[in-house]
Amino acid sequence: MTPIRLNCGYVPLVDSAPLIVAQEMRFAADEGLALNLLRQPSWAALRDLLALGHLDVAHMLSPMPAAMSLGLSGPAAQIDALMVLSVNGTVVGVSTQMAQAMRARGWAGGFNDPKATAEPMLSALDRPLRVGVPFPYSMHRLLFEYWIRNAGAATPPNLRIITTPPPLMAEAVSSGEIDVFCVGEPWGSVAVGADVGELILPGGAIWAHAPEKVLAARRTWIDDNAEQVSALMRAVARAARWLDQPDNRALAIEVLARSSHLDVPLHALEHALTGRFATKFGAAPVHVDNFVQFHNGATNFPWRSQAAWIGAEISHLTGIDRDHAIAVAQSTVRPDCYRTYLGPIGVDMPGASAKVEGALAHPVAVASTRGQMILGPDAFFDGKTYDFGAGV
Amino acid sequence: MSKDMKIAVIESDRDRAVGIIDALREDGWDDVVVLGDVTGLARKLAALEPDLVLIDLANPSRDALEQVSAATDAQSRPVAMFVDRSDDEMTQAAVTAGLSAYVVGELQPERIRPVLKTAIARFQMMSQMRRELEAAKQALADRKTLDRAKGMIMRAKGVGEDEAYALLRKAAMSQNRKVIEVAQALLTASDLLT
Repeated sequence: MTPIRLNCGYVPLVDSAPLIVAQEMRFAADEGLALNLLRQPSWAALRDLLALGHLDVAHMLSPMPAAMSLGLSGPAAQIDALMVLSVNGTVVGVSTQMAQAMRARGWAGGFNDPKATAEPMLSALDRPLRVGVPFPYSMHRLLFEYWIRNAGAATPPNLRIITTPPPLMAEAVSSGEIDVFCVGEPWGSVAVGADVGELILPGGAIWAHAPEKVLAARRTWIDDNAEQVSALMRAVARAARWLDQPDNRALAIEVLARSSHLDVPLHALEHALTGRFATKFGAAPVHVDNFVQFHNGATNFPWRSQAAWIGAEISHLTGIDRDHAIAVAQSTVRPDCYRTYLGPIGVDMPGASAKVEGALAHPVAVASTRGQMILGPDAFFDGKTYDFGAGV
Repeated sequence: MSKDMKIAVIESDRDRAVGIIDALREDGWDDVVVLGDVTGLARKLAALEPDLVLIDLANPSRDALEQVSAATDAQSRPVAMFVDRSDDEMTQAAVTAGLSAYVVGELQPERIRPVLKTAIARFQMMSQMRRELEAAKQALADRKTLDRAKGMIMRAKGVGEDEAYALLRKAAMSQNRKVIEVAQALLTASDLLT
């Protein structure tokens, strides 16, 4: 039988791995699919091609479906997130000059203390802090601004957000275009390797379980192509589970490095997939737990509460009505598809489709359709919790 | 109709940039500036204050423009993706041609539409030329691969060129693959073994 071909857009980053693995390890072929993996030069290009139907599905920044559906980004289109592709995986870093200035203001270094890092960073310069992020509607920016707003620093934030394509981030730091960056791996490690920047936090230190990328499609396409959607979600869920088995990580690095889909060097993939980082040029690597997750801890489940948090943050950034932003954002995740299409193949399901975000400081076993599933940790650095209600 | 409108073209390939400028000039738009270097794009655009920004859909700097369009501070004027959101036909034409455009400020759609038409036509031509060039390059590369594979079979089996090609074609048919794929696989295997 000829496989069904799906045009699948992605940006060449480590966290596009579930799609590449689904194709290269034949999880897609087992479902009768051929993923036509189309590398995109920018999030804007990927967004436009998905909205206009040139792509069927896409690897997308988690806030993008909400931003697009709210009409804030690109051509008008109703875009939904079928599942979460990855959680965490970003780093925050500063230029080496910034790091020196921060040390002079009492920053002790380290890679895990958001509260003690904010004030030295905000007070380091007497001009606006120029912050490089990959896209205006990215988890990178939401996490960074959430951190700065809630860190309780004495210095009022004076930020200038400068969107910078990740492969150009190290160059932008070295040429003095930006002072701070929040970016997905391997691009933080690239800045460290070039001795132009230092890493100050993993994204997970701000929110321990932040949905980073989602699998997105047009709502009309999802509604009209149940069979393809179901086959695709099964293939991607199996690829994600395969990726999160520790024994497979070495092979995953090989597969990703050898396939023509990423042009990221082998050693750069290793940092992200093993969670071991040098935060400073020449320093001994430190280990970060759960640096990037593809499956464990119900990573793939599209929680309505995560979408609501994204909606609330978009409202903060843009000034649009909070209730409206939350309602639209919640409508862009599809736990219904997740339950309908993945339940029959034995994927464990949580009892509810929303939870209190930030409530778990440690992993906790909760009731699920197959008995118990382990959730968390999902705490925010400031200890706040977010209960958006059970939703619809 | 007045055509006094400042248009910025973001394009690092000089020939392509010249092509776009020429097309716009021919149709009466004279105030066209090209930005080739992508560093500090947002800053440069703010200084330039264009009414309209044209950029290749595939240009990696597009995300940097997105920030300009999402900026809410008073210093930068709002920028929106060019095409009237309801004008799906023109949006599709632009995307198919590989063009994206951003409008700054309050330009009326009837003033922008003709610029976009000119730019779309030019981008279509350039995309067509690029596709043809790529197809020609690929054809040449395939030819070389096929010749090498045939030569290898001719030496190994002591057969003529026609028979070597027939063997390749037979293998391809039985595996339901293209002849060029089988030839490529043969070369890869041979490289591994020698």
